[in-house]
Amino acid sequence: MSLIDSISLPRRLRLPRVDGLIQWIVPLTIIAIWQVASVTGFVPSRVLPAPSDVLLAGWKLLVSGELVRNIWVSFWRASIGFLIGGSIGFAFGLANGLSQLSAKLTDTTLQMVRNVPHLALIPLVILWFGIDESAKLFLVALGVFFPIYLNTLHGIRTVDPQLIEMGRIYGMTDGELFHRVIFPGALPSIFVGIRFALGIMWLTLIVAETIAASSGLGYMAMQAREFMLIDVVVLSILIYALLGKLADSASRVLERATLSWHPAFQKR
Amino acid sequence: MQTALRTSLPETELASRAGFAPHARVVREERQGERQARSSGLPLSIRGLRKSFGSNEVLRGIDLHIPAGQFVAIVGKSGCGKSTLLRLIAGLDKIDAGSISFGQNTQPEDIRVMFQEPRLLPWARVLSNVEVGLGRDRASGDAHTRAEKALTEVGLADKRDQWPSVLSGGQKQRVALARALVSRPRVLAFDEPLGALDALTRISMQRLLERVWRDQGFTAILVTHDVAEAVALADRVLVIDEGRIAHDVTINAARPRERGSAELASLEGSILSNLLSAEDRT
Ligand SMILES: Nc1ncnc2c1ncn2[C@@H]1O[C@H](COP(=O)(O)OP(=O)(O)OP(=O)(O)O)[C@@H](O)[C@H]1O
Ligand SMILES: [Mg+2]
Repeated sequence: MSLIDSISLPRRLRLPRVDGLIQWIVPLTIIAIWQVASVTGFVPSRVLPAPSDVLLAGWKLLVSGELVRNIWVSFWRASIGFLIGGSIGFAFGLANGLSQLSAKLTDTTLQMVRNVPHLALIPLVILWFGIDESAKLFLVALGVFFPIYLNTLHGIRTVDPQLIEMGRIYGMTDGELFHRVIFPGALPSIFVGIRFALGIMWLTLIVAETIAASSGLGYMAMQAREFMLIDVVVLSILIYALLGKLADSASRVLERATLSWHPAFQKR
Repeated sequence: MQTALRTSLPETELASRAGFAPHARVVREERQGERQARSSGLPLSIRGLRKSFGSNEVLRGIDLHIPAGQFVAIVGKSGCGKSTLLRLIAGLDKIDAGSISFGQNTQPEDIRVMFQEPRLLPWARVLSNVEVGLGRDRASGDAHTRAEKALTEVGLADKRDQWPSVLSGGQKQRVALARALVSRPRVLAFDEPLGALDALTRISMQRLLERVWRDQGFTAILVTHDVAEAVALADRVLVIDEGRIAHDVTINAARPRERGSAELASLEGSILSNLLSAEDRT
Protein backbone atom coordinates (compact mmCIF):
# COMPACT_ATOMS: atom_id res chain seq x y z
CA MET A 1 0.00 0.00 0.00
CA SER A 2 2.63 2.48 1.08
CA LEU A 3 4.97 1.46 -1.68
CA ILE A 4 2.40 1.91 -4.35
CA ASP A 5 1.33 5.36 -3.33
CA SER A 6 4.87 6.58 -3.00
CA ILE A 7 5.75 5.24 -6.44
CA SER A 8 2.95 7.04 -8.18
CA LEU A 9 3.74 10.41 -6.62
CA PRO A 10 5.46 12.86 -8.95
CA ARG A 11 8.32 13.57 -6.58
CA ARG A 12 10.24 15.90 -8.82
CA LEU A 13 7.64 18.61 -8.54
CA ARG A 14 7.91 18.91 -4.78
CA LEU A 15 9.74 21.72 -3.09
CA PRO A 16 11.23 20.46 0.16
CA ARG A 17 10.25 23.48 2.34
CA VAL A 18 6.66 23.66 1.18
CA ASP A 19 6.40 19.88 1.35
CA GLY A 20 5.93 19.78 5.14
CA LEU A 21 3.34 22.55 5.17
CA ILE A 22 1.31 21.72 2.12
CA GLN A 23 -0.42 18.73 3.69
CA TRP A 24 -1.81 20.94 6.48
CA ILE A 25 -3.58 23.39 4.19
CA VAL A 26 -6.74 21.30 3.77
CA PRO A 27 -7.28 20.35 7.45
CA LEU A 28 -6.61 23.94 8.60
CA THR A 29 -9.06 25.32 6.04
CA ILE A 30 -11.71 22.86 7.16
CA ILE A 31 -11.22 23.90 10.78
CA ALA A 32 -11.45 27.57 9.82
CA ILE A 33 -14.70 27.02 7.90
CA TRP A 34 -16.04 24.96 10.79
CA GLN A 35 -15.23 27.76 13.27
CA VAL A 36 -16.93 30.37 11.12
CA ALA A 37 -19.97 28.14 10.60
CA SER A 38 -20.31 27.58 14.36
CA VAL A 39 -19.81 31.20 15.38
CA THR A 40 -22.35 32.43 12.87
CA GLY A 41 -24.81 29.83 14.13
CA PHE A 42 -24.98 28.09 10.75
CA VAL A 43 -24.15 24.84 12.58
CA PRO A 44 -25.93 24.68 15.98
CA SER A 45 -23.51 23.98 18.83
CA ARG A 46 -25.49 20.96 20.08
CA VAL A 47 -24.78 19.28 16.73
CA LEU A 48 -21.17 20.30 16.47
CA PRO A 49 -19.40 22.63 18.89
CA ALA A 50 -16.96 25.21 17.55
CA PRO A 51 -13.31 24.21 17.37
CA SER A 52 -12.59 26.84 19.98
CA ASP A 53 -15.05 25.18 22.37
CA VAL A 54 -13.44 21.82 21.74
CA LEU A 55 -10.06 23.34 22.53
CA LEU A 56 -11.45 24.85 25.69
CA ALA A 57 -12.87 21.49 26.78
CA GLY A 58 -9.49 19.98 26.04
CA TRP A 59 -7.75 22.60 28.14
CA LYS A 60 -10.06 21.95 31.11
CA LEU A 61 -9.50 18.21 30.94
CA LEU A 62 -5.79 18.79 30.58
CA VAL A 63 -5.70 20.91 33.71
CA SER A 64 -7.70 18.35 35.68
CA GLY A 65 -5.25 15.66 34.54
CA GLU A 66 -8.05 13.52 33.20
CA LEU A 67 -7.04 13.94 29.57
CA VAL A 68 -3.43 12.90 30.03
CA ARG A 69 -4.46 9.91 32.13
CA ASN A 70 -6.95 8.67 29.53
CA ILE A 71 -4.62 9.22 26.61
CA TRP A 72 -1.89 7.41 28.45
CA VAL A 73 -4.15 4.45 29.23
CA SER A 74 -5.26 4.18 25.58
CA PHE A 75 -1.73 4.59 24.29
CA TRP A 76 -0.49 1.92 26.67
CA ARG A 77 -3.22 -0.51 25.62
CA ALA A 78 -2.53 0.15 21.96
CA SER A 79 1.23 -0.33 22.26
CA ILE A 80 1.18 -3.43 24.42
CA GLY A 81 -1.57 -5.04 22.34
CA PHE A 82 0.34 -4.18 19.17
CA LEU A 83 3.59 -5.56 20.53
CA ILE A 84 2.00 -8.83 21.63
CA GLY A 85 -0.08 -9.42 18.50
CA GLY A 86 2.63 -8.08 16.22
CA SER A 87 5.38 -10.27 17.61
CA ILE A 88 3.27 -13.40 17.52
CA GLY A 89 2.16 -12.59 13.97
CA PHE A 90 5.74 -11.88 12.93
CA ALA A 91 6.95 -15.11 14.53
CA PHE A 92 4.31 -17.19 12.75
CA GLY A 93 5.00 -15.36 9.50
CA LEU A 94 8.70 -16.16 9.77
CA ALA A 95 8.14 -19.76 10.77
CA ASN A 96 5.61 -20.44 8.03
CA GLY A 97 7.59 -18.56 5.42
CA LEU A 98 10.80 -20.42 6.18
CA SER A 99 9.54 -23.88 7.03
CA GLN A 100 7.24 -26.00 4.92
CA LEU A 101 6.40 -28.15 7.90
CA SER A 102 5.36 -25.23 10.05
CA ALA A 103 3.27 -23.81 7.20
CA LYS A 104 1.49 -27.12 6.63
CA LEU A 105 0.85 -27.43 10.34
CA THR A 106 -0.58 -23.99 11.11
CA ASP A 107 -1.37 -21.97 8.00
CA THR A 108 -4.78 -23.48 7.26
CA THR A 109 -5.88 -23.07 10.86
CA LEU A 110 -4.77 -19.45 10.92
CA GLN A 111 -6.50 -18.71 7.63
CA MET A 112 -9.70 -20.15 9.09
CA VAL A 113 -9.46 -18.03 12.23
CA ARG A 114 -8.80 -15.00 10.04
CA ASN A 115 -12.28 -15.25 8.61
CA VAL A 116 -13.83 -14.55 12.01
CA PRO A 117 -14.08 -10.76 12.40
CA HIS A 118 -12.24 -10.18 15.63
CA LEU A 119 -14.72 -7.58 16.86
CA ALA A 120 -17.41 -10.26 16.73
CA LEU A 121 -15.59 -11.83 19.65
CA ILE A 122 -16.33 -8.90 21.96
CA PRO A 123 -19.24 -10.56 23.82
CA LEU A 124 -17.16 -13.68 24.31
CA VAL A 125 -14.13 -11.68 25.40
CA ILE A 126 -16.21 -9.79 27.96
CA LEU A 127 -17.44 -13.09 29.33
CA TRP A 128 -13.88 -14.34 29.56
CA PHE A 129 -12.05 -11.30 30.85
CA GLY A 130 -14.77 -8.96 32.06
CA ILE A 131 -13.88 -5.35 31.29
CA ASP A 132 -10.38 -5.95 32.52
CA GLU A 133 -7.26 -4.65 30.73
CA SER A 134 -6.62 -8.13 29.31
CA ALA A 135 -9.87 -7.94 27.33
CA LYS A 136 -8.65 -4.88 25.41
CA LEU A 137 -5.13 -6.23 24.99
CA PHE A 138 -6.52 -9.51 23.69
CA LEU A 139 -8.71 -7.82 21.09
CA VAL A 140 -5.98 -5.45 19.90
CA ALA A 141 -3.43 -8.25 19.73
CA LEU A 142 -5.84 -10.42 17.75
CA GLY A 143 -6.63 -7.61 15.33
CA VAL A 144 -2.98 -6.77 14.77
CA PHE A 145 -1.90 -10.37 14.42
CA PHE A 146 -3.33 -11.08 10.97
CA PRO A 147 -2.05 -8.18 8.88
CA ILE A 148 1.43 -8.70 10.30
CA TYR A 149 1.29 -12.46 9.90
CA LEU A 150 -0.01 -12.37 6.34
CA ASN A 151 2.37 -9.69 5.12
CA THR A 152 5.43 -11.20 6.77
CA LEU A 153 4.57 -14.54 5.23
CA HIS A 154 3.96 -12.98 1.83
CA GLY A 155 7.19 -10.98 2.05
CA ILE A 156 9.29 -14.02 2.80
CA ARG A 157 7.63 -16.18 0.18
CA THR A 158 8.17 -13.61 -2.53
CA VAL A 159 11.86 -12.92 -1.93
CA ASP A 160 13.55 -13.31 -5.31
CA PRO A 161 14.60 -16.99 -5.52
CA GLN A 162 17.49 -15.96 -7.77
CA LEU A 163 18.91 -13.89 -4.92
CA ILE A 164 18.54 -16.81 -2.54
CA GLU A 165 20.35 -19.04 -5.02
CA MET A 166 23.04 -16.38 -5.34
CA GLY A 167 23.44 -16.34 -1.57
CA ARG A 168 23.83 -20.09 -1.47
CA ILE A 169 26.36 -20.06 -4.32
CA TYR A 170 28.42 -17.54 -2.42
CA GLY A 171 28.46 -19.79 0.60
CA MET A 172 26.09 -17.99 2.95
CA THR A 173 25.06 -19.95 5.99
CA ASP A 174 21.35 -20.16 6.81
CA GLY A 175 21.72 -17.36 9.35
CA GLU A 176 23.55 -15.10 6.91
CA LEU A 177 21.07 -15.91 4.19
CA PHE A 178 18.27 -14.82 6.50
CA HIS A 179 19.72 -11.55 7.64
CA ARG A 180 21.37 -10.56 4.37
CA VAL A 181 18.81 -11.75 1.83
CA ILE A 182 15.49 -13.01 3.15
CA PHE A 183 14.71 -10.49 5.88
CA PRO A 184 15.67 -7.35 3.93
CA GLY A 185 13.75 -8.74 0.95
CA ALA A 186 10.64 -9.26 3.06
CA LEU A 187 10.88 -5.90 4.82
CA PRO A 188 8.83 -3.78 2.38
CA SER A 189 5.95 -6.21 2.71
CA ILE A 190 6.33 -6.35 6.50
CA PHE A 191 5.96 -2.57 6.60
CA VAL A 192 2.76 -2.76 4.61
CA GLY A 193 1.54 -5.17 7.29
CA ILE A 194 2.61 -2.83 10.07
CA ARG A 195 0.71 0.08 8.62
CA PHE A 196 -2.44 -1.96 8.11
CA ALA A 197 -2.05 -3.26 11.65
CA LEU A 198 -1.76 0.27 13.08
CA GLY A 199 -5.11 1.17 11.54
CA ILE A 200 -6.74 -1.95 12.93
CA MET A 201 -5.11 -1.33 16.30
CA TRP A 202 -6.88 2.05 16.77
CA LEU A 203 -10.16 0.79 15.40
CA THR A 204 -10.20 -2.16 17.78
CA LEU A 205 -9.26 -0.02 20.71
CA ILE A 206 -11.97 2.56 20.05
CA VAL A 207 -14.65 -0.10 19.81
CA ALA A 208 -13.39 -2.02 22.83
CA GLU A 209 -13.05 1.07 25.00
CA THR A 210 -16.45 2.33 23.99
CA ILE A 211 -18.15 -0.92 24.87
CA ALA A 212 -16.23 -2.22 27.82
CA ALA A 213 -13.86 0.00 29.75
CA SER A 214 -13.57 2.16 32.82
CA SER A 215 -10.79 4.38 31.51
CA GLY A 216 -9.24 5.47 28.24
CA LEU A 217 -10.27 7.76 25.42
CA GLY A 218 -13.22 5.67 24.30
CA TYR A 219 -14.50 5.55 27.87
CA MET A 220 -14.05 9.31 28.16
CA ALA A 221 -16.15 9.81 25.04
CA MET A 222 -18.90 7.50 26.30
CA GLN A 223 -18.99 9.24 29.68
CA ALA A 224 -19.24 12.61 27.96
CA ARG A 225 -22.11 11.34 25.83
CA GLU A 226 -24.06 10.42 28.94
CA PHE A 227 -23.65 13.97 30.25
CA MET A 228 -24.29 15.48 26.81
CA LEU A 229 -20.79 17.01 26.74
CA ILE A 230 -20.58 17.05 22.96
CA ASP A 231 -17.35 19.09 22.96
CA VAL A 232 -15.58 16.29 24.87
CA VAL A 233 -16.97 13.70 22.46
CA VAL A 234 -15.59 15.62 19.50
CA LEU A 235 -12.33 16.12 21.37
CA SER A 236 -11.93 12.37 21.90
CA ILE A 237 -12.56 11.70 18.24
CA LEU A 238 -9.98 14.30 17.22
CA ILE A 239 -7.40 12.85 19.60
CA TYR A 240 -7.98 9.42 18.14
CA ALA A 241 -7.34 10.87 14.70
CA LEU A 242 -4.15 12.56 15.89
CA LEU A 243 -2.84 9.44 17.57
CA GLY A 244 -3.57 7.42 14.44
CA LYS A 245 -1.71 9.97 12.35
CA LEU A 246 1.18 9.91 14.80
CA ALA A 247 1.50 6.13 14.64
CA ASP A 248 1.38 6.23 10.88
CA SER A 249 4.06 8.91 10.70
CA ALA A 250 6.28 6.95 13.05
CA SER A 251 6.01 3.90 10.83
CA ARG A 252 6.77 6.03 7.78
CA VAL A 253 9.91 7.41 9.39
CA LEU A 254 11.02 3.91 10.26
CA GLU A 255 10.20 2.74 6.75
CA ARG A 256 12.23 5.52 5.19
CA ALA A 257 15.17 4.79 7.43
CA THR A 258 15.26 1.06 6.77
CA LEU A 259 14.20 1.03 3.11
CA SER A 260 16.46 3.80 1.88
CA TRP A 261 17.77 1.38 -0.73
CA HIS A 262 14.34 1.09 -2.29
CA PRO A 263 13.90 3.17 -5.45
CA ALA A 264 10.53 4.40 -4.11
CA PHE A 265 12.28 6.03 -1.16
CA GLN A 266 15.19 7.58 -2.96
CA LYS A 267 15.27 11.31 -3.51
CA ARG A 268 15.37 12.12 -7.14
CA MET B 1 21.87 -39.97 -37.58
CA GLN B 2 22.68 -37.58 -34.82
CA THR B 3 23.81 -40.44 -32.63
CA ALA B 4 26.81 -40.84 -34.90
CA LEU B 5 28.02 -37.36 -34.06
CA ARG B 6 30.25 -37.69 -31.05
CA THR B 7 33.34 -36.03 -29.87
CA SER B 8 35.05 -39.39 -30.25
CA LEU B 9 34.54 -39.38 -34.01
CA PRO B 10 37.68 -39.10 -36.09
CA GLU B 11 38.36 -35.46 -36.59
CA THR B 12 38.29 -35.65 -40.33
CA GLU B 13 34.73 -36.85 -40.29
CA LEU B 14 33.62 -34.23 -37.82
CA ALA B 15 35.37 -31.52 -39.72
CA SER B 16 33.82 -32.51 -43.02
CA ARG B 17 30.36 -32.71 -41.49
CA ALA B 18 30.78 -29.39 -39.85
CA GLY B 19 32.09 -27.83 -43.02
CA PHE B 20 34.56 -25.67 -41.16
CA ALA B 21 37.05 -23.42 -42.79
CA PRO B 22 40.37 -25.20 -43.16
CA HIS B 23 42.17 -23.25 -40.45
CA ALA B 24 39.51 -24.16 -37.90
CA ARG B 25 40.76 -27.52 -36.92
CA VAL B 26 38.63 -29.77 -34.78
CA VAL B 27 40.89 -30.72 -31.97
CA ARG B 28 41.06 -33.57 -29.58
CA GLU B 29 44.55 -32.84 -28.32
CA GLU B 30 44.92 -30.10 -25.76
CA ARG B 31 46.91 -26.95 -25.98
CA GLN B 32 47.86 -27.15 -22.38
CA GLY B 33 51.52 -26.24 -22.46
CA GLU B 34 51.38 -22.66 -23.55
CA ARG B 35 48.83 -21.35 -21.07
CA GLN B 36 49.18 -23.49 -18.01
CA ALA B 37 52.53 -22.00 -17.13
CA ARG B 38 51.04 -18.65 -16.12
CA SER B 39 47.61 -19.85 -15.20
CA SER B 40 45.92 -20.18 -11.85
CA GLY B 41 43.01 -21.91 -13.55
CA LEU B 42 41.82 -25.41 -12.87
CA PRO B 43 41.46 -28.08 -15.53
CA LEU B 44 38.03 -29.62 -15.88
CA SER B 45 37.15 -33.15 -16.89
CA ILE B 46 33.63 -34.24 -17.63
CA ARG B 47 32.88 -37.91 -18.27
CA GLY B 48 29.60 -39.37 -19.46
CA LEU B 49 27.57 -36.57 -17.92
CA ARG B 50 23.81 -37.07 -18.04
CA LYS B 51 20.94 -35.02 -16.75
CA SER B 52 17.20 -35.37 -17.22
CA PHE B 53 14.23 -33.44 -15.93
CA GLY B 54 11.49 -36.03 -15.66
CA SER B 55 11.23 -37.67 -19.06
CA ASN B 56 13.12 -34.81 -20.72
CA GLU B 57 16.66 -36.06 -21.34
CA VAL B 58 18.56 -32.80 -21.53
CA LEU B 59 22.20 -33.96 -21.42
CA ARG B 60 22.81 -37.40 -22.90
CA GLY B 61 26.44 -38.06 -22.24
CA ILE B 62 28.83 -35.13 -22.32
CA ASP B 63 32.53 -35.94 -22.50
CA LEU B 64 34.81 -32.98 -22.27
CA HIS B 65 38.21 -31.98 -21.09
CA ILE B 66 39.02 -28.31 -20.57
CA PRO B 67 42.67 -27.58 -19.84
CA ALA B 68 43.50 -25.13 -17.08
CA GLY B 69 43.11 -21.50 -18.10
CA GLN B 70 41.32 -22.17 -21.38
CA PHE B 71 38.50 -19.89 -22.51
CA VAL B 72 35.67 -22.09 -23.75
CA ALA B 73 32.45 -20.84 -25.27
CA ILE B 74 29.34 -23.01 -25.39
CA VAL B 75 26.73 -22.32 -28.04
CA GLY B 76 23.61 -24.17 -29.11
CA LYS B 77 19.99 -23.56 -29.83
CA SER B 78 17.69 -22.43 -27.07
CA GLY B 79 16.76 -25.20 -24.67
CA CYS B 80 19.59 -27.50 -25.71
CA GLY B 81 20.89 -27.64 -22.14
CA LYS B 82 23.67 -25.04 -22.01
CA SER B 83 22.48 -23.56 -18.74
CA THR B 84 21.91 -27.03 -17.38
CA LEU B 85 25.50 -28.00 -18.18
CA LEU B 86 26.79 -24.83 -16.57
CA ARG B 87 24.72 -25.34 -13.44
CA LEU B 88 26.06 -28.87 -13.12
CA ILE B 89 29.63 -27.62 -13.48
CA ALA B 90 28.98 -24.99 -10.83
CA GLY B 91 27.49 -27.61 -8.54
CA LEU B 92 24.05 -25.98 -8.45
CA ASP B 93 22.14 -29.08 -9.55
CA LYS B 94 22.57 -32.78 -8.97
CA ILE B 95 24.24 -34.96 -11.59
CA ASP B 96 22.21 -37.98 -12.80
CA ALA B 97 25.16 -39.96 -14.11
CA GLY B 98 28.80 -39.39 -15.01
CA SER B 99 31.32 -37.17 -13.33
CA ILE B 100 32.81 -33.71 -13.26
CA SER B 101 36.26 -33.31 -11.77
CA PHE B 102 38.60 -30.40 -11.35
CA GLY B 103 41.83 -32.31 -11.09
CA GLN B 104 42.41 -31.45 -7.45
CA ASN B 105 40.59 -30.51 -4.28
CA THR B 106 38.63 -27.36 -4.82
CA GLN B 107 37.32 -24.78 -2.38
CA PRO B 108 33.82 -23.44 -2.97
CA GLU B 109 35.45 -20.04 -3.62
CA ASP B 110 37.39 -21.51 -6.54
CA ILE B 111 34.35 -21.82 -8.77
CA ARG B 112 32.13 -18.87 -9.51
CA VAL B 113 29.13 -18.32 -11.77
CA MET B 114 27.79 -15.19 -13.37
CA PHE B 115 24.24 -15.12 -14.69
CA GLN B 116 22.37 -13.06 -17.21
CA GLU B 117 20.79 -11.14 -14.35
CA PRO B 118 23.27 -9.37 -12.09
CA ARG B 119 21.53 -10.73 -8.96
CA LEU B 120 22.80 -7.92 -6.77
CA LEU B 121 21.27 -7.39 -3.35
CA PRO B 122 19.23 -4.20 -3.83
CA TRP B 123 19.53 -3.37 -0.11
CA ALA B 124 23.32 -3.54 0.00
CA ARG B 125 25.67 -0.85 -1.29
CA VAL B 126 27.84 -1.73 -4.26
CA LEU B 127 30.87 -2.46 -2.10
CA SER B 128 28.98 -4.80 0.24
CA ASN B 129 27.60 -6.58 -2.78
CA VAL B 130 31.13 -7.24 -3.95
CA GLU B 131 32.11 -8.41 -0.47
CA VAL B 132 29.43 -11.12 -0.71
CA GLY B 133 31.73 -12.73 -3.28
CA LEU B 134 34.41 -13.38 -0.69
CA GLY B 135 32.44 -16.34 0.64
CA ARG B 136 33.82 -17.48 3.95
CA ASP B 137 36.39 -14.65 3.96
CA ARG B 138 33.63 -12.04 4.23
CA ALA B 139 34.35 -11.42 7.89
CA SER B 140 38.11 -11.11 7.47
CA GLY B 141 39.88 -7.82 8.04
CA ASP B 142 40.95 -7.20 4.47
CA ALA B 143 37.47 -7.81 3.02
CA HIS B 144 37.02 -4.11 2.27
CA THR B 145 40.37 -3.72 0.54
CA ARG B 146 39.86 -6.82 -1.55
CA ALA B 147 36.39 -5.73 -2.60
CA GLU B 148 37.66 -2.29 -3.49
CA LYS B 149 40.41 -3.81 -5.58
CA ALA B 150 37.91 -5.93 -7.49
CA LEU B 151 35.71 -2.89 -8.07
CA THR B 152 38.68 -0.95 -9.40
CA GLU B 153 39.40 -3.84 -11.72
CA VAL B 154 36.00 -3.44 -13.37
CA GLY B 155 36.33 0.35 -13.35
CA LEU B 156 33.62 1.13 -10.80
CA ALA B 157 35.65 2.23 -7.80
CA ASP B 158 33.75 5.51 -7.66
CA LYS B 159 30.40 3.74 -7.32
CA ARG B 160 31.30 1.87 -4.14
CA ASP B 161 28.75 3.63 -1.95
CA GLN B 162 25.83 3.64 -4.40
CA TRP B 163 22.71 1.53 -4.25
CA PRO B 164 22.50 -0.97 -7.11
CA SER B 165 19.20 0.55 -8.27
CA VAL B 166 20.94 3.68 -9.52
CA LEU B 167 23.39 1.77 -11.75
CA SER B 168 22.88 1.09 -15.44
CA GLY B 169 22.47 -2.48 -16.66
CA GLY B 170 26.07 -2.68 -17.80
CA GLN B 171 27.36 -1.26 -14.52
CA LYS B 172 25.29 -3.75 -12.53
CA GLN B 173 26.78 -6.56 -14.57
CA ARG B 174 30.27 -5.18 -13.89
CA VAL B 175 29.54 -5.20 -10.16
CA ALA B 176 28.41 -8.81 -10.52
CA LEU B 177 31.71 -9.52 -12.31
CA ALA B 178 33.66 -7.87 -9.50
CA ARG B 179 31.75 -10.00 -7.01
CA ALA B 180 32.64 -13.13 -8.96
CA LEU B 181 36.29 -12.09 -9.26
CA VAL B 182 36.91 -10.95 -5.72
CA SER B 183 37.61 -14.44 -4.39
CA ARG B 184 40.15 -15.04 -7.20
CA PRO B 185 38.21 -17.99 -8.64
CA ARG B 186 40.01 -20.61 -10.68
CA VAL B 187 36.98 -21.49 -12.77
CA LEU B 188 34.53 -18.81 -13.83
CA ALA B 189 31.32 -19.89 -15.55
CA PHE B 190 29.20 -17.32 -17.36
CA ASP B 191 25.60 -17.92 -18.38
CA GLU B 192 24.88 -15.34 -21.07
CA PRO B 193 26.24 -12.58 -18.86
CA LEU B 194 25.91 -9.99 -21.59
CA GLY B 195 22.60 -11.17 -23.00
CA ALA B 196 20.61 -8.21 -21.72
CA LEU B 197 23.04 -5.47 -22.74
CA ASP B 198 23.00 -3.18 -25.74
CA ALA B 199 25.49 -3.72 -28.54
CA LEU B 200 28.05 -1.13 -27.49
CA THR B 201 28.01 -2.04 -23.80
CA ARG B 202 28.32 -5.66 -24.87
CA ILE B 203 31.51 -5.00 -26.76
CA SER B 204 33.11 -3.08 -23.92
CA MET B 205 32.06 -5.83 -21.50
CA GLN B 206 33.56 -8.44 -23.82
CA ARG B 207 36.85 -6.54 -23.75
CA LEU B 208 36.65 -6.37 -19.96
CA LEU B 209 36.01 -10.10 -19.71
CA GLU B 210 38.92 -10.88 -21.98
CA ARG B 211 41.21 -8.56 -20.03
CA VAL B 212 40.44 -9.99 -16.59
CA TRP B 213 40.71 -13.50 -17.97
CA ARG B 214 44.15 -12.74 -19.37
CA ASP B 215 45.22 -11.04 -16.14
CA GLN B 216 43.99 -13.72 -13.81
CA GLY B 217 44.26 -16.86 -15.86
CA PHE B 218 41.13 -18.59 -14.60
CA THR B 219 39.43 -21.24 -16.68
CA ALA B 220 36.50 -19.50 -18.37
CA ILE B 221 33.32 -21.20 -19.55
CA LEU B 222 31.02 -18.84 -21.39
CA VAL B 223 27.51 -19.79 -22.47
CA THR B 224 26.30 -17.42 -25.14
CA HIS B 225 23.67 -17.00 -27.84
CA ASP B 226 25.96 -14.80 -29.81
CA VAL B 227 28.29 -16.76 -32.06
CA ALA B 228 30.29 -13.64 -32.90
CA GLU B 229 30.92 -13.17 -29.19
CA ALA B 230 31.98 -16.80 -28.80
CA VAL B 231 34.40 -16.54 -31.70
CA ALA B 232 35.80 -13.21 -30.53
CA LEU B 233 36.51 -14.34 -26.99
CA ALA B 234 37.07 -18.06 -26.84
CA ASP B 235 39.99 -20.38 -27.47
CA ARG B 236 37.46 -23.04 -28.28
CA VAL B 237 33.80 -23.13 -29.18
CA LEU B 238 31.60 -26.11 -28.27
CA VAL B 239 28.33 -26.64 -30.08
CA ILE B 240 25.77 -28.59 -28.08
CA ASP B 241 23.02 -30.41 -29.90
CA GLU B 242 20.71 -33.23 -28.87
CA GLY B 243 22.30 -33.38 -25.44
CA ARG B 244 25.82 -33.97 -26.72
CA ILE B 245 28.78 -31.96 -27.86
CA ALA B 246 28.20 -31.94 -31.59
CA HIS B 247 31.17 -29.81 -32.59
CA ASP B 248 34.34 -28.74 -30.91
CA VAL B 249 36.05 -25.89 -32.75
CA THR B 250 39.40 -24.38 -31.86
CA ILE B 251 39.87 -20.69 -32.54
CA ASN B 252 43.51 -20.04 -33.08
CA ALA B 253 43.28 -16.38 -34.01
CA ALA B 254 45.84 -14.25 -32.18
CA ARG B 255 44.83 -11.90 -29.39
CA PRO B 256 43.91 -9.11 -29.20
CA ARG B 257 41.44 -10.10 -31.86
CA GLU B 258 40.21 -7.78 -34.48
CA ARG B 259 36.43 -7.77 -34.48
CA GLY B 260 34.94 -8.47 -37.89
CA SER B 261 38.16 -9.79 -39.40
CA ALA B 262 37.72 -12.20 -42.30
CA GLU B 263 39.14 -15.06 -40.26
CA LEU B 264 36.68 -14.66 -37.41
CA ALA B 265 33.82 -13.99 -39.79
CA SER B 266 34.32 -17.22 -41.68
CA LEU B 267 34.52 -19.18 -38.40
CA GLU B 268 31.38 -17.50 -37.21
CA GLY B 269 29.68 -18.33 -40.49
CA SER B 270 30.50 -21.99 -40.32
CA ILE B 271 29.39 -22.34 -36.70
CA LEU B 272 26.20 -20.49 -37.46
CA SER B 273 25.37 -22.69 -40.42
CA ASN B 274 25.84 -25.64 -38.10
CA LEU B 275 23.43 -24.26 -35.57
CA LEU B 276 20.93 -23.47 -38.30
CA SER B 277 21.07 -26.94 -39.78
CA ALA B 278 20.44 -28.33 -36.31
CA GLU B 279 17.50 -25.98 -36.06
CA ASP B 280 16.12 -27.15 -39.42
CA ARG B 281 16.09 -30.76 -38.36
CA THR B 282 13.69 -30.02 -35.52
N1 LIG C 1 14.60 -27.00 -13.27
C1 LIG C 1 14.11 -27.56 -14.38
N2 LIG C 1 13.04 -28.37 -14.32
C2 LIG C 1 12.55 -28.93 -15.44
N3 LIG C 1 13.05 -28.78 -16.66
C3 LIG C 1 14.12 -27.98 -16.79
C4 LIG C 1 14.71 -27.34 -15.66
N4 LIG C 1 15.76 -26.61 -16.08
C5 LIG C 1 15.82 -26.80 -17.40
N5 LIG C 1 14.85 -27.62 -17.84
C6 LIG C 1 14.65 -28.04 -19.22
O1 LIG C 1 15.88 -28.45 -19.71
C7 LIG C 1 16.05 -28.04 -21.04
C8 LIG C 1 17.33 -27.28 -21.19
O2 LIG C 1 17.25 -26.07 -20.46
P1 LIG C 1 18.43 -25.06 -20.38
O3 LIG C 1 17.99 -23.95 -19.51
O4 LIG C 1 19.67 -25.77 -20.01
O5 LIG C 1 18.54 -24.57 -21.88
P2 LIG C 1 19.52 -23.50 -22.52
O6 LIG C 1 20.35 -24.19 -23.52
O7 LIG C 1 20.23 -22.76 -21.46
O8 LIG C 1 18.50 -22.55 -23.25
P3 LIG C 1 18.59 -20.97 -23.46
O9 LIG C 1 19.58 -20.76 -24.53
O10 LIG C 1 17.20 -20.62 -23.92
O11 LIG C 1 18.95 -20.37 -22.16
C9 LIG C 1 14.82 -27.24 -21.40
O12 LIG C 1 13.98 -28.08 -22.17
C10 LIG C 1 14.19 -26.93 -20.09
O13 LIG C 1 12.81 -26.92 -20.23
MG1 LIG D 1 20.10 -20.77 -20.63
